[in-house]
Amino acid sequence: MSEVLDRATPRAGKDMMPKITYIEHDGTVHTVEAELGSTVMETALKNDIGGIVAECGGGCTCATCLVHVDQKWFPVVGPPSEEENQMLDTAFEVTETSRLSCQIKVTEALDGLVVRTPSYQGR
Amino acid sequence: MSDTIKTDVVIIGAGPVGLFAVFELGLLDIKAHLIDILDKVGGQCAELYPEKPIYDIPGIPYITGHGLTEALMEQIKPFKPSFHLGEMVTKVEKLGEAQFRVATDRDKIFECKCVAIAAGGGSFQPKRPPIQGIEPYEEKSVFYAVRKMENFRGKRLVIVGGGDSALDWTLNLQPLAQRLTLVHRRDEFRGAPDSVNKMRALVAAGDMDLKIGQVTALEGDAGQLTAASIKGKDNTVERVECDAMLPFFGLTMKLGPVAEWGIKMDDELIPVDTGTFETNIPGLFAIGDINTYPGKLKLILSGFHEAALMSQKAYHYVYPEKKLVFQYTTSSTSLQKKLGVA
Repeated sequence: MSEVLDRATPRAGKDMMPKITYIEHDGTVHTVEAELGSTVMETALKNDIGGIVAECGGGCTCATCLVHVDQKWFPVVGPPSEEENQMLDTAFEVTETSRLSCQIKVTEALDGLVVRTPSYQGR
Repeated sequence: MSDTIKTDVVIIGAGPVGLFAVFELGLLDIKAHLIDILDKVGGQCAELYPEKPIYDIPGIPYITGHGLTEALMEQIKPFKPSFHLGEMVTKVEKLGEAQFRVATDRDKIFECKCVAIAAGGGSFQPKRPPIQGIEPYEEKSVFYAVRKMENFRGKRLVIVGGGDSALDWTLNLQPLAQRLTLVHRRDEFRGAPDSVNKMRALVAAGDMDLKIGQVTALEGDAGQLTAASIKGKDNTVERVECDAMLPFFGLTMKLGPVAEWGIKMDDELIPVDTGTFETNIPGLFAIGDINTYPGKLKLILSGFHEAALMSQKAYHYVYPEKKLVFQYTTSSTSLQKKLGVA
């Protein structure tokens, strides 16, 4: 109990920086801190993570920031909206847990999130 | 080949920055032709986010990509620019002082005094599916566009995608094809509802096939496709015999031929002088997202500023004998006449 509290207390609140792990297609692993309210795409670009192009800059209009959300995390992240699903139609290697990372907002609940980047973003 | 088109400035790219360049050049009596690979003006504003709001255009708290394009077209109307849409510039050559030749993939030739590259992230080109070994089939039996429908008569076709391009070509080519199979990753389509209904009716009547899945492999020889493997949601793989495949996954930006014109590049961007937005080649300018300089921001508003300064320098190439007097549109009768308001 106290252990849980000890860990949670300093990281709770608006200063909390959830950790996100990106696994690139070649196996390179990056675990970085993300700002609450930013997106998984923005966090990737900020941290020079390969495999995320984000051609349209976060507008959900290009499908070049595709990630495959780890199976365990998919229920937490949730499914894409219909608008995002339509853009996923123009992406490749789309799976049941694929999302556009520009549409995943970083929240406290996503602390520990694991996503994989595809081999190809269409360019 | 058509006759050479002579003008003052050729602008490569008809996005917001290319369009505004027409305005700034026009105020200085400089004529311009614009060339764009898209079949419409507006660049990324039209292709990527026509309905998305833009909040950082000075003085306009809110406007969509489409709205901004419309407004710019209205603003540059007095200068009657010429548009060459659906064309890609393939070559830019410097012939001499203030003399360039520009060629397009539609065999058009322009001769001009200056060239302004306003090509944003490069040229929009079809997304290529990452199917192993697809390259040898491209332009032989895998096509990203339909140039002549007749070429597909009597063939077994596979069309891939769920948008309007995939649906439109499905409906147009189905009567010609021996057999047509539409492949899409899910059983929902983002194309126009009417097209979706027509396609579903053809499927119900047994006049075409619809497969839900993704194309994972191709079979064929010497560029001639014989079959495509389609992996369904349950991971079963189905083989569909075909003579041609048409993937429609939308467009992506590629730098394109810009890198071949002898311009000094820096990681797919063009370094420019920030006083003139000229490249290392005098008379050849780069404005908007495609250029780079210390402090560069890829913002439409920065591109507008760059277009204005570029125009000042271009004036010296177009009218080398004249002295440029700086004027304001608020007070200059001469500028107002050009705008048709005085």
